[in-house]
Amino acid sequence: MKGKGEKFREKLIEYILFALSLSAIIFLAGIVLTLLKEAAPAFRDTGFLNMIVSKDWYPTYEPPDFGMLPLIAGSFMVTAIALMVSVPLGLCSAVYISELAGKKEKILLKPFIELLSSIPSVVYGFWGIVFLAPAIQRHFDLSSGYCALTAGIVLGIMSSPIIASLSEDALNCVPRSFKEASFAMGADRLETLINVTIPAAASGIITSIILGTGRIIGETMVVLMLSGGAAIITLSPMEPVRPMTSAIAAEMGEAAFQTPHYHSLFAIAIILFIITFILNMAAEKLAGKYRLKLGSHR
Amino acid sequence: MKMQAKSLRQYAAFLMVRAVFLFTSFILLLITGFLLLKGAKVLSFDFIFKMPENSMTAGGIFPAILGTFYLVVMSIIFSAIPGIACAIYLNEYGPKGWISTMIRTSINNLSGVPSIVFGLFGLAVFVKKLGFGVSILSGSLTLSIVILPVIISSTREALMAIPQSMREASMALGATKWETVWNIILPQATPSILTAIIIGIGRAAGETAPILFTAAVFYSKELPRSIFSEVMALPYHIYALVTEGTAPQSQIPIAYGASIVLLFLVIIISLSAIYIRQKHRSAYAKIGH
Repeated sequence: MKGKGEKFREKLIEYILFALSLSAIIFLAGIVLTLLKEAAPAFRDTGFLNMIVSKDWYPTYEPPDFGMLPLIAGSFMVTAIALMVSVPLGLCSAVYISELAGKKEKILLKPFIELLSSIPSVVYGFWGIVFLAPAIQRHFDLSSGYCALTAGIVLGIMSSPIIASLSEDALNCVPRSFKEASFAMGADRLETLINVTIPAAASGIITSIILGTGRIIGETMVVLMLSGGAAIITLSPMEPVRPMTSAIAAEMGEAAFQTPHYHSLFAIAIILFIITFILNMAAEKLAGKYRLKLGSHR
Repeated sequence: MKMQAKSLRQYAAFLMVRAVFLFTSFILLLITGFLLLKGAKVLSFDFIFKMPENSMTAGGIFPAILGTFYLVVMSIIFSAIPGIACAIYLNEYGPKGWISTMIRTSINNLSGVPSIVFGLFGLAVFVKKLGFGVSILSGSLTLSIVILPVIISSTREALMAIPQSMREASMALGATKWETVWNIILPQATPSILTAIIIGIGRAAGETAPILFTAAVFYSKELPRSIFSEVMALPYHIYALVTEGTAPQSQIPIAYGASIVLLFLVIIISLSAIYIRQKHRSAYAKIGH
């Protein structure tokens, strides 16, 4: 008798937990469907491909132009600059914490890095406005310090703790026996690091860079505050740019509900979503592979 | 001779790595130090507990602090239960089918979605479709989706750290799965789940993009009266002070003050999360896990 009631309760709880677990799927699906629905009129009017390759973004002109190429180019430019900053800083920090720091130092440094990665982006953006942008303007003698370079550097600094912390995890996962075998063959610490530890952690390190890239490309506040906001296609890092996220953030406030402008901002969000989705899936695939690779040697 | 060249090379390489690391830490400390130094001048009891005056050019930032508090509390209320339930389901019940793979993939992807995209979703669904308007409710619902994956993955980590032997011991005594979860796993994991929630709080407090169109306003005449009121929020306030308004010269000092209040808040939140986790970890080390 008790057995039956108990079984029922067990099943019921399992179903409740299961139903609540579905929230993640529901939200993700909800986001995809909402973006598609709100962006559909824009794609219908201008055409998906046409929108991506057309290089005029004048949403408030009459007639308006909704070419996203300058925004996409702006995002890539800022992301490239940011990666040039965050990859060397992040990886060196990871190698230092994982391989060179003493035991006590390590215990302190890991939370320190974590602490730094929790600083809100708006704070970095504010620092960029009051410190870095004026400094860059003075140093390069520009008419304005708000440009791709400023936004990229701040984003790079901001994301280096993230890359450092994830890469450090990857380096830490390399089994001791790998290194010991290398030492036993007469290799010194540097040779072991370059020939054994880093290659063994490679897919983990690449995963961290991919995830970092996703963070950078999706970051809004820093680019909104620092990138200058001009929707032009340029190769010069000293020029102002208008990355996708900042276009959405800056214009959604003014775009009237259900206008072509409103819909085309959702279209940008879809491009953004697709890019980060691909990066995430790639990271997930790689992470799985690397756990398998190292796990089998444990 | 060859030996010496080799060790010299190693010395140089490691020196470089150390130098880059110190440089990175230096920059990050420089940023926080710079803001702390500039912001300390504005900070006072009145600054934290007073209303803004003279159309945002003087006075305090109390409504922004209060608004952030409301948003954070509400978003935790919305996300904690599904988040913890999802972690328990994945880790303790852990069916191996396609559906839990899909749940996992969704969580990973959700955590990578740019925060401005969450903002657009919140605008289209909560503000417009459900008609909540620009309000605490819309903002905190949006924020709760942002922090859901954070809470799930931190809670899962906590559950994974609990030794399998505890589950086995409980089951061997005749406890059912749920009894084991409720009586053994959850009490054990409480400090770590608390850590997960604190990490979520820290994230929610600092996010700006999700509340841009769903909750935040630069100026409101009164403190929010209900969950349908629009609010001022600390991160948005910093952004608005430097980009909007008419008197940047008198607004920038307030922005410094607001920045360090936010910085302090987030650092204290993160430190307490780290502290609880560290303490809990050493407790496991004692049982000999």
